[in-house]
Amino acid sequence: MLQNLRRGDERAFMTLVDRHGAAMLRHARVFVRDRAVAEEVVQEAWLGVLRGIERFEGRSSLRTWLFGIVANVARTRGVREARSVPFSALTDDGPSVASERFLGAGDRWHGHWATPPEEWGRPERELLSTETRDVLGAAIANLPDTQRQVISLRDVEGWDADEVCHVLELSEANQRVLLHRARSKVRRALDEYLTGRSE
Amino acid sequence: MSVEDLTCQELVEVVTEYLEGAMPAEQRMRFEEHLAYCSWCQTYLAQMRETVEVTGMLREDDLSAEARDALLRVFRDWKEP
Repeated sequence: MLQNLRRGDERAFMTLVDRHGAAMLRHARVFVRDRAVAEEVVQEAWLGVLRGIERFEGRSSLRTWLFGIVANVARTRGVREARSVPFSALTDDGPSVASERFLGAGDRWHGHWATPPEEWGRPERELLSTETRDVLGAAIANLPDTQRQVISLRDVEGWDADEVCHVLELSEANQRVLLHRARSKVRRALDEYLTGRSE
Repeated sequence: MSVEDLTCQELVEVVTEYLEGAMPAEQRMRFEEHLAYCSWCQTYLAQMRETVEVTGMLREDDLSAEARDALLRVFRDWKEP
């Protein structure tokens, strides 16, 4: 197929688009929040693919190569739009669960649940109604950039920790902290929605 | 309950470390000892696992027709500018 693409075959190109296009768009959205901008990034990336296809030697997998191009274009755009937020996401983020939900220092059971979590008690398939999907989507969209990037790659895309550290240039420990903060907030949003109780 | 026992408030801060398998053996033991008697934290841990699972269902696997057409134009412009 790559041979055909090098010869300028349109069908070969669209086959590649259908195989990797959606994943590339999702990858762009990890770096760029705005959907329209992400689509431009992907178009620019595909142009980069076409220009670079002669030089692609298959040393890395095609997927790695494609994602690398998307990430490069997105980073350039990201800098231009001054969207990236520095590492404030690693500090002063507050507790994973509001401290009011635990017993205070004066109590014999200090640090144990005062308002324990209620079971959600719904099977996951039912749980992911359109409404739940919106709640999840909004919770992720509201995260600071680095937290959103980590949870998108790890939990939405299913990448492993090493890959995420590499692509986002994070240490293993920082990746884990960001993932923890992100997951804790998303859990909290789901909990508020499913139990109708806010923290 | 001994002083070294993990509290619930501490547990919720290290759940990801536990799920990631990144906990030193000794801390892991304290974590699991706590879980053994605390059904509330069991619920919390189950919710974190469930959060990860449902987040994985957010993936959109199709490109919109518009986005696909736009890429076709990119290709045609590239081929014959």
